[in-house]
Amino acid sequence: MAEERVAIQLIVNGRAVRGQVEPRMLLAYYLRDELGLTGTHVGCDTSQCGACTVLLDGLAVKSCTVLAVQADGCHVTTVEGLAEDGQPHPVQQAFQEEHGLQCGFCTPGALMLSAWLVDHHPQADEAAIREALDGLICRCTGYENIVRAIQRAQALRQETAEPLAGRAQGGVSR
Amino acid sequence: MSQAIFGERVQRKEDVRLVRGRGQYTDDIQLPGMLYAGILRSPHAHARIKRIDTSAAEQMDGVVKVYTGRDLKGRIGSIPTAWIPPDSDLKAVEHPALAYDTVRYVGDGVALVIVTERALVEDALEAIRVEYEPLPSVTDQMAAIQAGAPLLHEGAPSNIALHWKVGTDTEAAFQGAPVVVRQTFRQQRLIPNPMEPRATVAQYDTVTGELTVWATTQNPHIHRFLMANILGIPEHKLRVVAQDVGGGFGSKIACYPDEVLVSYAARDLGRPVKWTESRSEHFLVTTHGRDHVDEVELAGTQDGRILAIRVRAYANLGAYLSTAGPGVPTILFGLIVNGAYDIPQASSEVYGIFTNTTPVDAYRGAGRPEATYLIERIVDRYAQEIGMDPVEVRRRNLVKKEQFPFTNPFGLTYDSGNYHQALDLALKTVDYEALRREQEALRQQGKYIGIGLSTYVEMCGLGPSQVAGAVGFQGGLWESALVRIHPTGKVTVFTGASPHGQGEETTFAQIVAERLGVSVEDIDVVHGDTDRISMGWGTYGSRTTAVGGGALALAVDRVVAKAKRIAAHMLEVPEEAVEFQSGRFYPEGNRDRSVSLQEVTLQAYLAWNLPAGVEPGLEASAFYDPTNFTYPFGTHVAVVSVDADTGEVRLLRYVAVDDCGPVINPMIVEGQVHGGIAQGVGQALYEGARYDDDGQLVTGSFLDYAMPRARFLPRLETLNTVTPSPHNPLGVKGVGETGTIASTPAVVNAVIDALTPFGITDLPMPLTPPTVWSAIHAARQTGGAS
Ligand code: FES
Ligand code: FES
Repeated sequence: MAEERVAIQLIVNGRAVRGQVEPRMLLAYYLRDELGLTGTHVGCDTSQCGACTVLLDGLAVKSCTVLAVQADGCHVTTVEGLAEDGQPHPVQQAFQEEHGLQCGFCTPGALMLSAWLVDHHPQADEAAIREALDGLICRCTGYENIVRAIQRAQALRQETAEPLAGRAQGGVSR
Repeated sequence: MSQAIFGERVQRKEDVRLVRGRGQYTDDIQLPGMLYAGILRSPHAHARIKRIDTSAAEQMDGVVKVYTGRDLKGRIGSIPTAWIPPDSDLKAVEHPALAYDTVRYVGDGVALVIVTERALVEDALEAIRVEYEPLPSVTDQMAAIQAGAPLLHEGAPSNIALHWKVGTDTEAAFQGAPVVVRQTFRQQRLIPNPMEPRATVAQYDTVTGELTVWATTQNPHIHRFLMANILGIPEHKLRVVAQDVGGGFGSKIACYPDEVLVSYAARDLGRPVKWTESRSEHFLVTTHGRDHVDEVELAGTQDGRILAIRVRAYANLGAYLSTAGPGVPTILFGLIVNGAYDIPQASSEVYGIFTNTTPVDAYRGAGRPEATYLIERIVDRYAQEIGMDPVEVRRRNLVKKEQFPFTNPFGLTYDSGNYHQALDLALKTVDYEALRREQEALRQQGKYIGIGLSTYVEMCGLGPSQVAGAVGFQGGLWESALVRIHPTGKVTVFTGASPHGQGEETTFAQIVAERLGVSVEDIDVVHGDTDRISMGWGTYGSRTTAVGGGALALAVDRVVAKAKRIAAHMLEVPEEAVEFQSGRFYPEGNRDRSVSLQEVTLQAYLAWNLPAGVEPGLEASAFYDPTNFTYPFGTHVAVVSVDADTGEVRLLRYVAVDDCGPVINPMIVEGQVHGGIAQGVGQALYEGARYDDDGQLVTGSFLDYAMPRARFLPRLETLNTVTPSPHNPLGVKGVGETGTIASTPAVVNAVIDALTPFGITDLPMPLTPPTVWSAIHAARQTGGAS
């Protein structure tokens, strides 16, 4: 049954947004259907695939496991907001260079997870990277080039400045 | 053609949008006034529908319409199969879009709801009451053909959908053979699981009567063709669009009831309708793959010469015949069970069987992985039987370089190859001798590693249309291309293939860039829209580059030929005396004067001074029909460790040597091989669909169905040899499926090799720890390696 709507406000990709949502609405669908941010994909209904991963207050989370109302007062970064000042984030550049995507469906989630990993664990070795990718299912790449892309992004990140997660902090309080 | 673009690791053009979240997948489409569809699915494997009460659902706020099978009977045609293998006595049973009388598998559709909001779909479905009379069901194909088994379709006695035989007379060879090896292999049912679930958005224009259907399909033109008939919509009023498609692996070839239903509703209601399957629904209703029981016999000599192979296959086709379902276990399997070996006598006999399960259709490799698995496994069994190294047996039987073109016992002509070279390269790369020594040393310490080979060949690049007709495929398999050079020299390419992750927006641009001397950035490749591309057959069977690329090369050549006539006129030399290089036309042997393609193009459009008989404009199309399939081949080597105490298998190393002819973009080819290997490893070690006794799919989510994850896999090492195909303009062979085809037997052979000290000669896939542990445990009980 349709439920009463709840007012929420949050910052999505640096922009303040307000909305009225059903309490049962998932963040993933709020982003896709209400905000038109269709870069965030839904690949499953058991929180296994990671295609829906976004940064919520700087942490990589599966937006299909978060209710839109739970994101009230939070900072959300989706793949559309991953580029920094029009410059691709190192993971975006690296996924292109290393062919870390094929059909592109898992890619938004893969990028957000990788961005978090590269920014928080810049030294992660291959085993740690593979371990961290456990929350992602990619059917196309065999993960080989995703791993290479993350390693490449680590190198790129070292050459560049401020981590993305730093940017996403602050703003609206919970 | 001097520009080194062919063969370069050009970054993918499609990635520019995809890494920014700007892809356009079907579920991304939002239209004003759009409604949402949901399909109520049978919870029973087999039941009669006694009554459906939709009244409560119909009265809910936001519910626009509810349809049942009875409402639609006679309004929507039966969902057809498009592959009718000759001499197979195929039983083309009815497949209603919504069941109106009997449901035949868990997931069979019984009602369609149309609502105003996505979230209301579940509410509306829950409000429908269906009274079923459960019937006995059967999910296993061997059980389904037993006397007294529940019958799915009246028209198919013993549940046999087809029976097909092909090959030579093997009897004499088996009679006199010094060695006969027999083994039954079960190739378990798999769930393709592309990461994008299927979806459809349909919009009907009440003024023009045109229906536009955005769908997750690998072949929009085939969809249009089939749906025009099923729905009774004139083909020119039906537009099917596949924008970005999130993987298919064969599961998005079929024309499903779902997209037909959504299209029907959009037309009926005059409003756009969207349907997106959930992953749970995907597990239940999107076609599955494999599911064979194969009885295999091999006859050979003591010194390693294979004399004959004989296969009897029982293929589970599910509850209905899917679009390509009947062709997969017959044509795509039975004709190549001799693999890469020169075996004088060979025969295949196939039973296609109806069961109360999800329909089975193509899954990456489609038939060829099944054929490769059984030949690669039985060759290893044979090697074991005669006490010969599996490498040596392969060496003695692989088709030799000088035998090409090689005709196999089923009449296929393998185009070109150098199988021994690929084998040698793979062995050298892994250092086979050293590995064997290491294996021996580890065994002394009670540790078990195994080395497994797969020396495969694949038939792909489907295919000559004449052959398509001869093997009962209800379509042509040529491909089309249109190359349009715009007045400013920019280029648009239209292809009838429909890539969905394989990267042809880039590789096709590379082909054109190389031939025209135009930069890759200035070339756009358009695909997946029946309004923009006149006709084409789509992307599957590793055909896109071999066939679609062939069409493209021909179209480009035609454009260049026309441009040359205009250039000759501009340069005031005879046409034969014009040379074209890197985008410029020169008088023969004279590099001082020239005109650029861009200048020629502009003149072609201005048409102020064209040579006599030359029409304005600069574009050309080609419909290319190949003369043969292509036959990529190679050797894959897997190295595994088996923990004898836990049964856990670890993949330690994986080396793939593939030969797909000249490589257009090595980065993309490697990616195709990586992904294929992961899927093949998935079958060997992790994946397997299971039904319980009541026909419930017990592996219906990613929690129960083990998809390969990053930490399960080692680095994948890929190498190439290059043997061009003589049968297409580019010499290329398909590479989309080789990884899947080769890797499953390589990994299983490695595990069985590791278990040799235990006397274990075969295990059913997937080789999970319980399976492996139980076998080791049983062997130890009876005194195997301790
Ligand atoms: S959609 Fe969120 S994990 Fe699959
Ligand atoms: S790129 Fe297709 S699922 Fe990852």
